[in-house]
Amino acid sequence: MSGVLPDDVADLFNRALVGELTVVNPAGEPVTYPLIPLYDGTYIYLTSAALFSKKLEHIKANSKVCFSITDPVAVPDGPFGRVTVQGDAVVIEDDPHSGWEELLPLWRAKEPVIDSFVKKRFGIPLFFERSIIRIDPRTVTWWPGGDTSVAPQKVEIERVA
Amino acid sequence: MTKLATTEAVRRGGSYSHAVVSWIDADGYPTTVGTDFGTEPESSTVTLGPFHADLKPAAGQELCVTFSHIRPQKGVGYDERRYVNVWGEAAITGRNVELVATRAAGWDEAEVPFFEYAERNVPRARNYLMELGATVKLSPFWTFFLATRLPFLTATLSPVALGAVVAGRDGAFTWGTFLLVLLGATAVHLGLNMANDLFDDANGADQANVTPTMFSGGSRVIQYGLVSRSSMFKACVAFYAVAIAVGVFLAATRTWSILWLGMVGIALSLAYSAPPLRLVHRGLGEPVTALGFGPVMALGTYLALAKTWAGEPVLASVPIAILVALILYVNQVPDRVGDAAVGKRTLIVRWPKDRVIAVYVALAAVAAISIVANVAFGVSPVWTLLALLPFPLALKVRRGMTAHYDQPYALMSFMQDNITLHLGVSVLLVVGYAIHMIFG
Repeated sequence: MSGVLPDDVADLFNRALVGELTVVNPAGEPVTYPLIPLYDGTYIYLTSAALFSKKLEHIKANSKVCFSITDPVAVPDGPFGRVTVQGDAVVIEDDPHSGWEELLPLWRAKEPVIDSFVKKRFGIPLFFERSIIRIDPRTVTWWPGGDTSVAPQKVEIERVA
Repeated sequence: MTKLATTEAVRRGGSYSHAVVSWIDADGYPTTVGTDFGTEPESSTVTLGPFHADLKPAAGQELCVTFSHIRPQKGVGYDERRYVNVWGEAAITGRNVELVATRAAGWDEAEVPFFEYAERNVPRARNYLMELGATVKLSPFWTFFLATRLPFLTATLSPVALGAVVAGRDGAFTWGTFLLVLLGATAVHLGLNMANDLFDDANGADQANVTPTMFSGGSRVIQYGLVSRSSMFKACVAFYAVAIAVGVFLAATRTWSILWLGMVGIALSLAYSAPPLRLVHRGLGEPVTALGFGPVMALGTYLALAKTWAGEPVLASVPIAILVALILYVNQVPDRVGDAAVGKRTLIVRWPKDRVIAVYVALAAVAAISIVANVAFGVSPVWTLLALLPFPLALKVRRGMTAHYDQPYALMSFMQDNITLHLGVSVLLVVGYAIHMIFG
């Protein structure tokens, strides 16, 4: 493994345009949000606009989350597999105005059009007041090929923190 | 996320390629599995699986099932975003899991465009940032640009330039006076824009409007928290103060008549949205706009330069007066739901779609005819017939309104065409006068 996640899983994360973040709401129920995953070799990063901050409130109340990649259409240019990574999330929002911009190189690789949106941030300024969700992976469960009716492969991650 | 009826949510879910099932495991972590599924919308039932025995929810567990779709666009990102979430308890049937949805929510950008979806969440964003002790920020330039709605200054530049070129033809043009008039007219316009935002904020029209576009729905700087109401008010007063100071100076140095016309202009700009008249609420926004951004500005400019009254700048400005009113008219189409909600009964609120479009076409035709009539009756030089060239854009705007009357974001390009029509006609009228002056 060149990073925290197994190489095949890291490859899925680096190619996935969208996956699903699942958090726990105050009633103890799972709530799932489609988001773009960004992976730097150690943590999984997501960003959320203040406009759509409900998920951030859930994470602050309960840091246990999972992120999954399940849609073959959203993982172009390579072999497909399904994966679920459980972990502990923290919300980083010291500087919602520009703190998230440190993730732009990873974001740009998946959604090149983001640069033109950032240049026009005056058109939708609250969309660009963003918090970072950083997931410290705990367990990885994945199905090479994507068939979840078969036994998955599982890896316990040595924690970073 | 918007709440959905469970039967509708499950019906929609049936069109997706796979389901994503989430539950809380024994350690308290959510876990998620992407799987095949089947649906029975009538009973709000989703059947999921098959699952492997090692990883599936237990009977009675609360599940969240997500159906999610995007369309990748290579080298760009993706579009066609939509998803549906349904919740319910798990029932185990062999290797499959069955869920009867008890609640559901989702979003489909084909139904609620992203910008509207974002706009609906503005109050949430502001509360969230306030709790963080953070504020939304833009550079001073962009804040000023938005708060003043600077690009709409073409509505001021057009009649001022026309009044100036008519005065120039009469040998009365001086750059110093022209620039002062431009400064005063610009100040009135920017003050008016800010006053309009303040009043639309106070009466709730801008808050009620969840489909603003770059041409409609106000500047939004107050709603987004970019500028406080008090700062907006101070800036508005400052612009009017500049306008009054320039007007008084021009009156004292050129002709006192300018003072009366200036007072009419300022009164119109305030009566547009300020109580008690609030003319835009009474369906009179268009005539007030036509008067202010047509004859009043064109004649005011001529008066300041030539120091005498004249009918020609008034008549010459008729086409741009009509076309500037039509900018307001078309731009109010996406605003009509929010306007109606707060009793702002613009013509667009009062009239059905067919009449709105028919009146647009009729007024655009009158604008074109007025150009021909001005030439035919010797008011304007023949070269001003060049200003007829942009009028096919009016037909494009008509087609756009016909096709996209209820789609604010699809209508945007046609609002731009309508603005281009006004600007194009204005520029070509000025060019027509300039050619006449040069070549006779």
